[in-house]
Amino acid sequence: MSDVSHCWSCGVALDNSPLLCPACNKVQPVSNTDYFQAFGLDRALSLDTIALEREFHRLSRRLHPDRFARATPQEQEWSLAATALLNDAYRTLRGPIQRTEYLLKLEGLEIGEEHAGKGKSADRQPPADLLEEVFDLNMQLEEMRMNRKMGEDDPGLQSDLTTARSRFETLLAAVDTDISTEGEKWDTGGTDARAQATKAMAALLDRRRYLRNLVRDVNEVLAA
Amino acid sequence: MSEANLIQPNAITAAPATDRVVGIDLGTTNSLVAYMEGSQPVVIPGVDGSNLVPSIVALDLPYTAIPEPGAENPRPTVTIGNSARRALIETPERAIYSVKRLMGRGLEDVEEELKLFPFQLAEDIQPGEVLRIRLGDKTFTPSEISAYILRQLKRNAERYFGAPVTKAVITVPAYFNDAQRQATRDAGRMAGLDVLRLVNEPTAAALAYGLDRAKEGTIAVYDLGGGTFDISILKLNDGIFEVISTNGDTHLGGDDIDNLLLAVALDEIRNEHGVDLRQQADAGASAIQALRKAVIEAKIALSSEPVAKLDIELPNGGRYQREVPRDVYDQLIQPVIERTAGPCRQALADAGIQPEQIEELVLVGGSTRIPAVRKLIDQIFELSPRGKQPHTELNPDEVVALGAAVQASILAGSSSTTEELLLLDVTPLSLGIEALGGVVAKIIQRNSTIPASATEHFTTGVDGQTNVAIHVLQGERELAADCRSLARFDLKCIPPMTAGLPRIEVKFLIDANGILQVTAREQRSGTEAQIEVKPTYGLTDEQVESMILDSFDNAETDFEARQLIEARLEADTILSAVEKAPAHPAWQQLSEEEKSRIEAARVHLEAIKPTGSLHAIREATTALDHATRNFAEKMMDAAVSGAMRGKTMKSASEELQSEEIHSPHAFAPAEFKDGR
Repeated sequence: MSDVSHCWSCGVALDNSPLLCPACNKVQPVSNTDYFQAFGLDRALSLDTIALEREFHRLSRRLHPDRFARATPQEQEWSLAATALLNDAYRTLRGPIQRTEYLLKLEGLEIGEEHAGKGKSADRQPPADLLEEVFDLNMQLEEMRMNRKMGEDDPGLQSDLTTARSRFETLLAAVDTDISTEGEKWDTGGTDARAQATKAMAALLDRRRYLRNLVRDVNEVLAA
Repeated sequence: MSEANLIQPNAITAAPATDRVVGIDLGTTNSLVAYMEGSQPVVIPGVDGSNLVPSIVALDLPYTAIPEPGAENPRPTVTIGNSARRALIETPERAIYSVKRLMGRGLEDVEEELKLFPFQLAEDIQPGEVLRIRLGDKTFTPSEISAYILRQLKRNAERYFGAPVTKAVITVPAYFNDAQRQATRDAGRMAGLDVLRLVNEPTAAALAYGLDRAKEGTIAVYDLGGGTFDISILKLNDGIFEVISTNGDTHLGGDDIDNLLLAVALDEIRNEHGVDLRQQADAGASAIQALRKAVIEAKIALSSEPVAKLDIELPNGGRYQREVPRDVYDQLIQPVIERTAGPCRQALADAGIQPEQIEELVLVGGSTRIPAVRKLIDQIFELSPRGKQPHTELNPDEVVALGAAVQASILAGSSSTTEELLLLDVTPLSLGIEALGGVVAKIIQRNSTIPASATEHFTTGVDGQTNVAIHVLQGERELAADCRSLARFDLKCIPPMTAGLPRIEVKFLIDANGILQVTAREQRSGTEAQIEVKPTYGLTDEQVESMILDSFDNAETDFEARQLIEARLEADTILSAVEKAPAHPAWQQLSEEEKSRIEAARVHLEAIKPTGSLHAIREATTALDHATRNFAEKMMDAAVSGAMRGKTMKSASEELQSEEIHSPHAFAPAEFKDGR
């Protein structure tokens, strides 16, 4: 997958162990290694998280700066960079959603950017099939906020919101299932199937972000 | 055989002296230094025999009014620890305690502290400047004050080893931010210490408890000290200590209880005796410090007694007498200790686990001795319904230092006990950058395993713009104004281009100490720009350099002191040999009576070593040597016959040395449950 590089110390080909020489166990300078490569994995969405954790621990034992307190400054620097990459990679790959977002980004899609300036409107627009429901919910939320402000209590409204919350949580769970189904298609499919799955996942992630914000808003209002 | 060559190569623990790394707990109330002796961490006592060095620094009164001719503005001398206690009452304007509360802070951060603590700040501090504290007619930064404490600990260790100590691991509250960590590292440098690692206190405590790598499971460490509170949740797995989440409050601790009790007492004195000590100058300050001492004693007493008494003479000759029953006290302090509940729940939520999934709970910090605190912990973690007790086997005042010694040993690679241990800690606070509209864009989330990094791209907004300003913050709030400003820095020397064309890649990296490093590169022109981020309340390298404490370490030429050091080293040699003796087959050949004689001599020497006189230590060493003479001979015989069976004497003694002593502080075996 990546161009074949070699251990700076013993010259052995690194193959799918770019951070740590498989022969002499020396830490390697980090080049353009992506998170999948850091773990010696092929780019894929289904992943054995137990094995991932085991590998994370195995590599940490070898790469962590604590192991290099007496090494050369050069190796200390590489250890720091390699461990940071390993930690970032583990954090990203262990959760299915972040893993999907990351893979899509590697595939050239700009998603999940929540920075100002980069903020896209996708997660601000309600999904078309939910327009009506979302409109109602927002009305109820506004009413509830007013009630809170005035110190009034409306048990009916409260229970409506609780019901709405569980409805949207169910939708959220359904999105997660859909994402993993599309993920499987991506993993197993050919070029066309992949392109289709990529598109579907990007849309699902937008929908998911919208729903999650909605649930968060309801939680905030209910907890106030 | 002459003494002290009981086992010939006693280089057992002897890494080269220069590689010796000590572990330091730089506490709000007390500080300690510890190191790994063989397979066990031990606290190094001070000259007064006490393990705890109170974190009190007092500027000595000048001895002579006339400066010696030729002497140019000498550094003031200071007293540290127990000996400085008296100064708190006698010359409160020249003494300081709890300086940890001021580390890495700015003027606007400490308003609350100033109301409660007798800190006297220099008058001319500008907002955004590092604080300076007035002691007598001199001013010191919090890092300098801490450096004095660290230097004392360094000296205690050097006295104990009879050799210089230059490398250390220092612990910090897990919830310390970047500036507080930098200030601590600066203090180490000023004290002449190469700080190999800053370790979070609760994590260190877990290390001290978890030396046995067979332990697995999810544990929580509740650390309520003198001035800080931390909660950390960890997963233990085959020697890996992986922190899952951490939370806390860097301004919550025993100090707050003291201040509360003090405030109540001062109000009562004003109402009953018509004396407002807060309004009186010197006499009032002394009386307040005496009263503070009394309420602290009452607080400590109330951890084991149902009632405590206060009895204080007032400057006007009257007496303030009061009985404090436990239930009144409990009610009074409830609001303070309740403040630990929120962080605990947040840490559990962040870890994604329920209280009942915490298999072991470790208590750290002197304030966890308070019964009301224990009760609250029991409720939060649902301990007694599950038939569980918190771990307190290790002294809560010492456990952090012991853990720091374990981490020191991991870094030094000096002990087989620790070579398979690894700490994976997290950053306690999210890192963000200020975006348009004063909103914070989080780039590294809290509870991310460190080292952690994030890469961001920036560009210009105006044609020909050559620099871009970046504001880095730490905290969880949405708005920059509500987060802690870490640093503002400029990306300079951007080649002039059309607006939006430059692409500047900035890499943020939180290192294993929890300290931020930033590097930047303009990608279109390939210009590499290294940026050292200076914290908003930090010292420059030059400032730190100028504050490095003079080393008086070579001045100790006192002959008797040196002899005492040598006698202690000799005692150590024989003690560590005797400790390993029962592992040797020759031990079985001894009579029970002989074994108990050796044990008695060993215990005697152990007891007398830290504080005894030169003569007493030598006598006890000789006695232990005599008691073990027969054993030593049997062992040599065994080694020789071992050689005949094909073993060399060297390997026989190496085998003997590699015997490990298991930690007596083992957790109960825990079932491992996957949290996810």
